[in-house]
Amino acid sequence: MAIKDMPREELLLPGNAACPGCPASVALRVILKALGENTVLTIPACCTAVIQSLYPKTSFKIPVLNMAFETAAVSASGIKAGLRMQGKDDVNVVAWAGDGGTYDIGLQALSGALERGTDFIYICYNNEMYSNTGVQRSGATPYGASTTTSWSGKTEHRKDLMGIVRAHNIPYAATACVAYPEDLYNKVKKAMSMRGPKFIEILAPCPPGWHFDMSKTIEVGRNAVQAGAWALYEVENGKTTFNGPSKAILEKKVPLKPIEDWIRDQGRFKQLFKPKRDEARIAELQAQMERDWDKYRRIVAGECAEL
Amino acid sequence: MTEETRKCSVGTAVSYPVIGAMGKTGTWRTYRPVIDNSQCIKCLRCWIFCPEGVIVRGEDDSVSVDYVYCKGCGVCANECPKKCISMIREGEE
Ligand SMILES: Cc1ncc(C[n+]2csc(CCOP(=O)(O)OP(=O)(O)O)c2C)c(N)n1
Ligand code: SF4
Ligand SMILES: [Mg+2]
Repeated sequence: MAIKDMPREELLLPGNAACPGCPASVALRVILKALGENTVLTIPACCTAVIQSLYPKTSFKIPVLNMAFETAAVSASGIKAGLRMQGKDDVNVVAWAGDGGTYDIGLQALSGALERGTDFIYICYNNEMYSNTGVQRSGATPYGASTTTSWSGKTEHRKDLMGIVRAHNIPYAATACVAYPEDLYNKVKKAMSMRGPKFIEILAPCPPGWHFDMSKTIEVGRNAVQAGAWALYEVENGKTTFNGPSKAILEKKVPLKPIEDWIRDQGRFKQLFKPKRDEARIAELQAQMERDWDKYRRIVAGECAEL
Repeated sequence: MTEETRKCSVGTAVSYPVIGAMGKTGTWRTYRPVIDNSQCIKCLRCWIFCPEGVIVRGEDDSVSVDYVYCKGCGVCANECPKKCISMIREGEE
């Protein structure tokens, strides 16, 4: 879908509480353009609960349920069941949660809803930390990144959430990034066309959390994809396809870039460059990126068990 | 509000949609985006990437800014392929 052909209607209204340059707002505008008005969102504790602004006002033009931190997926199962009882089976039920709410505290509820076959779309906007409570590390925070609870740089690599999700053998799972709105829009539309559990994860670079200028939200996301630090792909009934710039990287038509190209401009990685270059940690990040792509190539080549 | 929703809201906290739920967020701004429409190719990248949804898309796809709510992040200026959006400090020409 070309940008020009996307609907004009805004279902997230201006004048809300989001920070300037917020990636969640960009992603929300795009997904709501794809979903349309016939949608119910369930949102656990996360920055988006704040973007709704203060009672008795809200910035969302569609029904939104505010739920406890760990309950995005389980509340979606409940909403779906309730709507079905009312004969409203055609409503899009969408859980929208952060990475903390998905990789960590909501993981059990997510697994349950995927296993039960709830007919819904789960969307995780991944800013790689607990932003709303002032930047703590999450299971999605990359190795070496500083947060208030990993201030000298996280010592563990991020979880392979997509690996966990695809192990549930659901009809559709995809990754996206705020810098590629056409791709995101198409993926939401595809998810809407299928029955059963659908999962989409969106990389969402956060200016105050990652320490970059608020005008660079989209640029940082684009750099992540172009460097190979984030991959765009979809798994449709068990078949994996890489999209956009990630396809060329997978097929080795474009080489992986030095990870430095991506991390250098983010303050959260400054401890890898100052007071002196930390060769060992930069090399470890690079090696992990290469391991990820080796795994993707093995998956696509059909060497992995899930295919 | 329909009779049905009003009944639902008894005893529960229900909020209703408004533009400017957090007030006139244009007051947060230090720099304002100014579009040179003579250079604009109507690609709409500023429109889709604006986090706040304050790039107003006209009937003919020409773009303008809603300064009442624009927070001045500068994403539009950074993403415009023609570089026809400048960030000007408030109070300066
Ligand atoms: C059970 C519980 N523990 C802790 C909190 C406090 N809390 C609210 S939002 C949040 C962080 C959410 O992180 P994430 O899901 O990544 O969303 P983000 O804020 O990054 O958008 C935390 C820890 C809570 N609301 N409930
Ligand atoms: S990004 Fe620039 S060229 Fe494209 S529509 Fe906006 S102002 Fe015009
Ligand atoms: Mg987060």
